[in-house]
Amino acid sequence: MKHLPPERHTLSILVDNEAGVLARIVGLFSARGYNIDSLTVADVSGDHAVSRITVVTNGPPPVIEQIIAQLDRLVPVHRVLDLTALGPHVEREMALVKVAGAGEKRVEALRLADIFRARPVDTTTGSFVFEVSGSTEKVDQFIALMREVGLVEVARTGVVAIARGSEAV
Amino acid sequence: MAANAELTGAEIVLQALTDLGVEVVFGYPGGAVLPIYDALHQQSRIRHILVRHEQAAVHAAEGYARSTGKVGVVLVTSGPGATNAVTGITDAMMDSVPLVVITGQVPTHLIGTDAFQECDTVGITRHCSKHNYLVKETARLGDVLHEAFYIARSGRPGPVVIDIPKDVQILRARYTRPVTTGHKTYKPQIKGDLASIEAAIEMLAAAERPILYTGGGIINSGPVASQLLRDLARLTGAPVTSTLMGLGTMPHDHPQFLGMLGMHGSYEANMAMNRCDLMVCLGARFDDRVTGRLDAFSPNSKKIHVDIDRSSVNKTVRVDLAIIGDVGGVLEDMIKLWRARNHKPADLEQWWSDIAGWRARNSFGYEQQGKELLPQHAIRRLFEMTRAKKPIISTEVGQHQMWAAQQFGFDAPNKWLTSGGLGTMGYGLPAAIGAQVANPGALCIDIAGEASIQMNIQELGTATQYRLPVKIFIINNEYMGMVRQWQELNHGSRYSESYSDSLPDFVKLAEAYGWKGVLIENADGLDAGIEAMLAHDGPVMVDCRVAKLANCFPMIMSGAAHTDMILHEGDTQGERDEDAKALV
Ligand SMILES: Cc1ncc(C[n+]2csc(CCOP(=O)(O)OP(=O)(O)O)c2C)c(N)n1
Ligand SMILES: [Mg+2]
Repeated sequence: MKHLPPERHTLSILVDNEAGVLARIVGLFSARGYNIDSLTVADVSGDHAVSRITVVTNGPPPVIEQIIAQLDRLVPVHRVLDLTALGPHVEREMALVKVAGAGEKRVEALRLADIFRARPVDTTTGSFVFEVSGSTEKVDQFIALMREVGLVEVARTGVVAIARGSEAV
Repeated sequence: MAANAELTGAEIVLQALTDLGVEVVFGYPGGAVLPIYDALHQQSRIRHILVRHEQAAVHAAEGYARSTGKVGVVLVTSGPGATNAVTGITDAMMDSVPLVVITGQVPTHLIGTDAFQECDTVGITRHCSKHNYLVKETARLGDVLHEAFYIARSGRPGPVVIDIPKDVQILRARYTRPVTTGHKTYKPQIKGDLASIEAAIEMLAAAERPILYTGGGIINSGPVASQLLRDLARLTGAPVTSTLMGLGTMPHDHPQFLGMLGMHGSYEANMAMNRCDLMVCLGARFDDRVTGRLDAFSPNSKKIHVDIDRSSVNKTVRVDLAIIGDVGGVLEDMIKLWRARNHKPADLEQWWSDIAGWRARNSFGYEQQGKELLPQHAIRRLFEMTRAKKPIISTEVGQHQMWAAQQFGFDAPNKWLTSGGLGTMGYGLPAAIGAQVANPGALCIDIAGEASIQMNIQELGTATQYRLPVKIFIINNEYMGMVRQWQELNHGSRYSESYSDSLPDFVKLAEAYGWKGVLIENADGLDAGIEAMLAHDGPVMVDCRVAKLANCFPMIMSGAAHTDMILHEGDTQGERDEDAKALV
């Protein structure tokens, strides 16, 4: 079963916002040998009761099914949604990208940032920090281009995702 | 006590345990639980059994739980108390045993400072418990205890750890008994989907070679589930096999029972699993000891899986129909529907004649000749001479465990206590102690190996202290026999470190603890030795000397198919290739 080709799935996990929940989830992935490509977590309820964890994972379909069942079994987990399987959803990621350089490279960095709708959020005479957001591919592309014009370092949030339409999960 | 009076945290623990109907706690004191021990001292409703090692407290609670269906309760101190309990907690997790384990913790203001006897108990037990808590407010204690019991016993049962810092045990708060029990979001699915159950019944009615593959889930579901299984077996006429954990759900001598399946299971059970056209898995989990080589596992069957734990479904074996729910309830619905639809047992004559052919191989058979006592025979006689007393049997881990599963017959659930998932040597003696505490009048016997018994031998003192008439029957082959067997079959008989050297004189050791000791030197002394054991109304340790080099067959080597069963000594190769050696 494990020899089928891997698929990338984005899971949205609603959990009790209590101590140790994240360790439980991350520990489950490491203990059972599942992959985490990206992970984000934040409190999303008015009363700090519920957190939403977004995990991007990859594996053959039976493994994805197991991951969901295993997550669902954890006591503080309310719901696990496989956004990839559920259909249309929006995925976004944000990155802060630091670029240093002078002259032509600096101009080119600004021009590329404009095309990607990346905003400079910090500027010195020798550097920029750009804020870029969008799909993982778009952020990847932007970073790849920045490498050619003086990339210094990157910080990324990882993917957050939500289903399209008017319904809540 | 006034309804609204404030209690100390320790008093809340005792009051909540009392409200939850707890009668016995297995434990060991230490600095971080002294307030709870003080509260324990000032009441008389809950009995405390003082073990000699915290691992044994957990196994004793498992024995208590498995022999009664109740939640077992453990109380240990912080640091080494908690870490000593970890093996037991993991064992309970693997075998789905409902436990609540209360651990003391350093006071909250010292947490994180590497204080004396501090350890990260919730961190350490996070993945070997069903759930755990660090309770930082006394006011939360009562609710947490009630919730913990609910979680431990509902859905797929398991151990729940509650870590309580010492200051939380001392501070005061109100305690009110909750009116409802439960958890705000953890609500396991209990009722199986009816449409799926209907589909299952139709498949069963149409099958020509059906088999019911049953497991420990039926025992966890309660004694009624075993009765329902027997009813379903009778109605459908289908053969039944059981995992190690499920023994007792079917009477061992029922004509439709094929015995245990799996690595050391019967030839007929494994062949029937291989050749069936419909497999109905009831509360079992397609463990690797059961399936053998996955790509050769029951290649031509449709498979139905009934399990309360969704993550057990399609984990290693893909099934055609999954029914998530409590197996007892699902069995009840299956029987109702079978009757409502007026199904009759299908014509299974050809199937049963195939089975009769496999049965004729008598794969659990042995030939006892002469003075040298075969371990199988020792256990067979122990069974024959005690069966009228309906004993509760626990085991350690190794060959003796598998021979016990093969040779000892069970007629009822909750009589067979063994460490299946984790395979923990040292489980049997404390488990027998826990079972004896729960069933004072019962004959409780730990069938042990001479190596395993030494892993929790200190518990002899516990049995003496509480006058528990536990029996230990050591199948003494002077080897870690199961290790030696693998070395013989896989590693060219190079017996690396598997000889049990420097064994104690078990009879003298028994006597030193106030037990009776009995030595069975050879086959001639077997019956007399068993009689002497039964005649003594206190605890007895029997040192039963058996053939040293006997192997446990049948055996499906790791990674082999059900059809590649080794039935006899002569079928073995002595050395295996590297891929095979890598398997567990
Ligand atoms: C705690 C623990 N350590 C190691 C093992 C590995 N192991 C499995 S069986 C066995 C030998 C058991 O010897 P004994 O108790 O004499 O039983 P026998 O196989 O001889 O009947 C060992 C070491 C284990 N199961 N548990
Ligand atoms: Mg031995």
